[in-house]
Amino acid sequence: MNFDDTPQEAEFRATARAWIDANAPKQYEDELRKSSLGRTVLKNADILEVAKAWQKKKADAGWACLHWPKEYGGRGSSPIERVIWQQEEGPFGQLSRMFIIGHGMCGPTMMAFAREEHKRTYLPPLASGEKVWCQLFSEPAGGSDVAGLRTRAEKDGDDWVINGQKIWTSGAHYSDYGILLTRTDPTVPKHKGLTMFFLDMKSPGVEVRPIKQASGASDFNEVYFTNVRIPDHQRLGEVGDGWNVSLTTLMNERSAIGAAVSTGFPELFEYCSSLVLDDGPAIEDPAVRSKLANWAVKASGLKYTSMRAISALSKGERPGPENSIGKLVAGSMIQDVATYALDLQGASGVISGEDAELAGRFQAMLLRAPGTRVEGGTDEIMRNIIAERVLGLPGDIRVDKDVPFNKIPTKGRG
Amino acid sequence: MNFDFSDDQKQLRDQARKFLAEKCSPKAVRVVLDGKAPYDKELWKGLAEMGFLGVAFPEEFGGAGAGHLELCVIAEEMGRANAPVPFSSTVYLAAEALLIAGTDAQKKKWLPAIASGEAIGTLALFEGKGNPSPKNVKLTAANGVLNGVKKPVADGAIADFAVVAARTGSSGRDSDISLFLVDLKAGRAEVKSLTNLDPTRGQAEITFKDCKAEPLGAAGDGWSILTQVLDRAAVLCAFEQVGGSDRALEMGRDYALDRIAFGRQIGSFQAVKHMLADMYVSATLARSNSYYGAWALSTNAAELPEAAAAARISATQAFQHCAKNNIQVHGGMGFTWEFDCHMYYRRANAMALGLGSLTYWEDQLIDRMRKKNAA
Ligand SMILES: Cc1cc2nc3c(=O)[nH]c(=O)nc-3n(C[C@H](O)[C@H](O)[C@H](O)COP(=O)(O)OP(=O)(O)OC[C@H]3O[C@@H](n4cnc5c(N)ncnc54)[C@H](O)[C@@H]3O)c2cc1C
Repeated sequence: MNFDDTPQEAEFRATARAWIDANAPKQYEDELRKSSLGRTVLKNADILEVAKAWQKKKADAGWACLHWPKEYGGRGSSPIERVIWQQEEGPFGQLSRMFIIGHGMCGPTMMAFAREEHKRTYLPPLASGEKVWCQLFSEPAGGSDVAGLRTRAEKDGDDWVINGQKIWTSGAHYSDYGILLTRTDPTVPKHKGLTMFFLDMKSPGVEVRPIKQASGASDFNEVYFTNVRIPDHQRLGEVGDGWNVSLTTLMNERSAIGAAVSTGFPELFEYCSSLVLDDGPAIEDPAVRSKLANWAVKASGLKYTSMRAISALSKGERPGPENSIGKLVAGSMIQDVATYALDLQGASGVISGEDAELAGRFQAMLLRAPGTRVEGGTDEIMRNIIAERVLGLPGDIRVDKDVPFNKIPTKGRG
Repeated sequence: MNFDFSDDQKQLRDQARKFLAEKCSPKAVRVVLDGKAPYDKELWKGLAEMGFLGVAFPEEFGGAGAGHLELCVIAEEMGRANAPVPFSSTVYLAAEALLIAGTDAQKKKWLPAIASGEAIGTLALFEGKGNPSPKNVKLTAANGVLNGVKKPVADGAIADFAVVAARTGSSGRDSDISLFLVDLKAGRAEVKSLTNLDPTRGQAEITFKDCKAEPLGAAGDGWSILTQVLDRAAVLCAFEQVGGSDRALEMGRDYALDRIAFGRQIGSFQAVKHMLADMYVSATLARSNSYYGAWALSTNAAELPEAAAAARISATQAFQHCAKNNIQVHGGMGFTWEFDCHMYYRRANAMALGLGSLTYWEDQLIDRMRKKNAA
């Protein structure tokens, strides 16, 4: 057991640090550090452009998607080097959140299932941030129940013709490509009739409509497909094997989101360290200390759990369903932390935005937090995964499992 | 970076698990639980023969000269088996105090005797209500003679010697406290067994009346030594708690698969599944925090105080959480004396108090984090 860098790791760290120091967009550092909660916004610049420029710079120097193979735009780094990079990148890493779906989910799915020529064509510009990708899975009929989706893909010559609707598609409004899960056979049970594709989001018949979120922002969208044509060579995996393909995406989603999700603890600790309450410094108040200590051990527990996972990974073990822990714990924690920070602010906690304490960072966090507990699988789904796949408990009773999809009774939503 | 135990250490863990499965069945634990013996003497002897008691002692003091990572993996198994032996009081508390502050002669006298299973030791710190604090130490030492009452003292009734915290000054500072070694079998210490939450590990009251004692460590260093001892014990106890958490979770899982109600396995009900998933989550967070504590302990890192407090809190919470929900999963059966669930519930709640309460460690953690941030 060893926490220190090996000589090679130390050398890698020094090189990374020097490069970041010389190249990072320092003018945004402070803003990025402070807006690390809720939503990253830059006051006088378009965050997407700043993110793309930083990503491109990294890619040109070989620092993009470190763990991807070099031929696909990565660096072929070890999992530990990736962690070292993240530590050194610090607040600038915020910018790569714009690409988390592409880098964390679409890329790995392409790598596992796309044709070689497609990998070489599409992956490098994805790694470099020149092209942004989105994930078109959820539908009004199927969120947690992904396999309940209804978007149809019908074969027509060498193409597939897509009709239907997706929903909550993050970043669809600025995406260039997407991975799309469709139903190709409604006469078989729901998991068996699915097929996965990737497509150009600028294809005729694709219409993206932003949805206003509970937080007030519009980061996700509805996406409508009207007779959209996708060539068969853009199919990922076999016809009817889309469920399997999507499992690869979802597994990667959990580790990508689980690793990236913040707990809000460092921010709360920093806040309480300087906050003065009616009776004196917050940090000297026994009730505050007890709350902080409880969250401190959750935050450190998550940190060291992910370090254990990385150690396992670097010994060649595969990431497993235990990665669901990160999002499950951090999701509700960030919500509780935000609630508590506002509680400490008393009546003035109600003020949000620029006029609020710390420019409203905890208020923004509170309003974004519910989404964290839903996106990428709800808390309940995470618990099911742990119970069934880690602990080996029986699966939920699924009355529709063996019924042909078109015979499942339906009740619309929304 | 490599954040895992080595293959050798894992092998040692397997060896300990196998040994304890054989020698420390729930039936054996019940002999002590039911008050038929103060501790499991056979098991204690066996642990000595396996080399587990002195695993972290230097070879010159009768130990295996391995290290604290090895002790951590053994501790985990002791917790998993709910072993009814004075392991924590002797090995984590008394022996650690000797290792940190003992003279060569003191170490030579006691450490080999511990390693061979001949001597049981303990730490006499508490004096009734309250948490570790110099101001709660009222027992006095003057000219090497102790006067005062300690309680609760873990395994005090079976211990051969005690490390005793005593007041040697009245300045109001930490330096008022000094440590002493007392041979409890040499008379003048009156020992009374106390009933307690977890009869598989006894508690006692010890009255020192003009009791002769030899200093352990320099005069006035007592509190600083104790802090180190408690931090080390916090990490080691955390491993016992992690072992106990895992076992309680496993028992709950197995029962959930076994028991049928409403025509299905109760483990197919989400309320039960989710309860078990949450147990897994807290056990996992505790394990990870404890690994960090193990690293800090084994390398004597500057991070040890903070890491120890985090491991302590997280493992205490996890064991309490898993032990209580294990009973819940078992329903009425879980609340019977006959089922083993309550043994873990008892142990979890007793361990939560043994080194000072959760509130105390929460307080410590925040202090230590502040210090680090200020540095
Ligand atoms: C901010 C955000 C970004 C998103 N981005 C994307 C994206 O980019 N691409 C994409 O495809 N999707 C995206 N989603 C959709 C997301 O994956 C789904 O919202 C999520 O999986 C939940 O599905 P649902 O909304 O249909 O809820 P439902 O499935 O309708 O769930 C409603 C409630 O029922 C509970 N529930 C459902 N099934 C079970 C069960 N089996 N056991 C116990 N409880 C259950 C849920 O936990 C929840 O509490 C995003 C969502 C959010 C909030």
